[in-house]
Amino acid sequence: MMLHIENLHARIGDNEILRGVNLEVAAGEVHAIMGPNGSGKSTLANVLAGHEAYDIEGLVLFEGEDLLALSPEDRAASGVFLAFQHPVEIPGVGNLYFLRTALNSLRRRRGLDELDVMQFLALAEDRMKSVEMDRSFMNRSVNEGFSGGEKKRNEILQMSILEPKLAILDETDSGLDIDALRIVAGGVNELRSPDRAMVVITHHQRLLDYIIPDQVHVMAGGRIVRSGDKDLALELEEYGYSELGQAGMVDSSASVGATP
Amino acid sequence: MTAVTFTNPAPATSTSGAAQLRAVLGLSPSDSGPTWLAQARRESFEWAATHGLPTRKDEDWKYTRLDALLDVPFERAEAGGSHRVASAALAALTLNPSSTRVVFVNGHFVSDLSSLSDLEGGVTVTSLAAALAEEATGLESVFSRAFDQYDHAFTALNTALAVDGAYIRIAADTVVDAPIELVFLSDVQDTPLLSSPRSVILAGPRSRVSVVETHAGIASGLTWTNAVVHVVLDEGARVDHFKIQDEPDTGFHLALLDVRQGPDSRFSSSSMMLGSKIARNEVHVRLEGEGSRVSVDGLYWPRGDQHHDNVVLIEHVAPRCVSHQLYKGIADGHGHGVFNGRIIVWPGADGADANQTNKNLLLSEYAEIDTRPRLEIFTDDVKCTHGAAVGALDEEALFYLRSRGVTREAARALLTHAFALEVLHRVESESLRTHVETLLADRLSVDGFAIEGSSGDR
Repeated sequence: MMLHIENLHARIGDNEILRGVNLEVAAGEVHAIMGPNGSGKSTLANVLAGHEAYDIEGLVLFEGEDLLALSPEDRAASGVFLAFQHPVEIPGVGNLYFLRTALNSLRRRRGLDELDVMQFLALAEDRMKSVEMDRSFMNRSVNEGFSGGEKKRNEILQMSILEPKLAILDETDSGLDIDALRIVAGGVNELRSPDRAMVVITHHQRLLDYIIPDQVHVMAGGRIVRSGDKDLALELEEYGYSELGQAGMVDSSASVGATP
Repeated sequence: MTAVTFTNPAPATSTSGAAQLRAVLGLSPSDSGPTWLAQARRESFEWAATHGLPTRKDEDWKYTRLDALLDVPFERAEAGGSHRVASAALAALTLNPSSTRVVFVNGHFVSDLSSLSDLEGGVTVTSLAAALAEEATGLESVFSRAFDQYDHAFTALNTALAVDGAYIRIAADTVVDAPIELVFLSDVQDTPLLSSPRSVILAGPRSRVSVVETHAGIASGLTWTNAVVHVVLDEGARVDHFKIQDEPDTGFHLALLDVRQGPDSRFSSSSMMLGSKIARNEVHVRLEGEGSRVSVDGLYWPRGDQHHDNVVLIEHVAPRCVSHQLYKGIADGHGHGVFNGRIIVWPGADGADANQTNKNLLLSEYAEIDTRPRLEIFTDDVKCTHGAAVGALDEEALFYLRSRGVTREAARALLTHAFALEVLHRVESESLRTHVETLLADRLSVDGFAIEGSSGDR
């Protein structure tokens, strides 16, 4: 199993946000996590990437290793990538320089040769085409002055350059118009492969028209309350999240993700 | 708007300071040069001895303790001593091997390290000693002007002791393309030495020049640099001054940049304060001509137990003048940074447009920043803004970088470098920018990771 999450709790102060998440994701799979605002989806993403704001209990194994014991940079080196819901602007750090620094940092940790500027540019230009990104973006500071859609495309570009094993996309679709959504989904689909897994967090079913998930999970109140195949997303679209809190909707016999 | 604050900068007297000046420093005024200068030196020395050195009771010296300096038995650096400066070491400090370069060791001009050939017509670049010997234009007025305007004894002490420095005069309508480089090196072995360079930059009407002033050193003993630079801009002149202070971090560096601007002139000053144990850089600009504009930027970066004090005074005297200030501080280790920025808009300086920004980054729980923005406004028709901030590195930005595989140390270095680079936003010379970016990046190299000179968006 690539990712194994068992009884994961996360709190900030007295506020418990994750209340026992269980999830298993195998290599080659795409899992969608849906759920209403405040259900803990983004917290789950941040906790997996190593955000230090939370007090955490539980077990997370990534390819059998204790992920929670690793620093954010070590998680990245192991192959975990988070596409942020709100990518931060970093004035004064050039996008190109940042990406090359990140890639070479990962390559060094993985025992690979670093890429020089020309090698990196060739790679970046190739990947930028797939997210229809103008090369002028490379000469700007990281995310500075980018529109919402540009920031999201920059996240997908980073993902395609850094080539993670596990990509977590946190509401990458939110705020995108239909063209941008198609571009972002295209970038994601290009990266689908038998040795790569993806966890796609979304608020809307429409992303799943473009990225077809193997499994869909519903989060509510800090837990995964329901899991199913892609049809679950359609069901949610029809009935909404409001029904989910009710006991009858929680399928406790599901093989993955169910919380007793 | 109304006057916000007014503090009377009357010099405080301190008998112990006067005693120190005479007894500890054991110095007396220089006696070379023209008669008017000898007279001025005696008067300055008397003034300094009477008023004494500033203490922390003086408003403008509140945060800067001079005990460490006063404990050292400094001797005056004499001309003509041998030096250990290798040309390779000098090359690392200069922007361009072919530029006009005036090099000083312990405050004295060194001909064989300098490069003064191929000067364009209308351009005079020489040593102050040579200019004084020739009684070159404009010297008496700048020297005597400073005598009227002492804020403290260090300026007076410089007047009393200075025998050398740079002299630059640009004739009317003359444009000098490449920056003129002034390099002040200290080379001290056992005896602690005081250097008192004094430089003069005179820009004629509609002339244009840029000057890069670098202070560095190879010192096994203690150094004290007490430097004064005068800049006078005639109507329509444009002068860009860039200063890099990277002296050994055991020494002391006190400096005054004194600027007077004529009508429609433009001046910019950027100061990179990196070195010395105790450094204090004052920039005093008087906007005397209508429509003159100035920008005064600075970076100070105390770490270890360094102390970096910045004093900026901008006086709007004539109508419709514009002043901008951007000072950024980075304090690490037990470093202590001070920004003391003052804007005075005098009566009659209508249409003044003045702004001042001071941003600080605290990288260590032991570091300290003190910031004192002050506006003193005596006319109604003004537009003035100021702001000061002290903060830590953005945790979300750090997380973002680390989540991409950049180590914590490297991410901190990247963000710190980006913070520092903002003060270069007005630098037009590509070679100067690259030189300084590299200098700042070197200061941030961490284990297994080095920032490249151009990590910014260029």
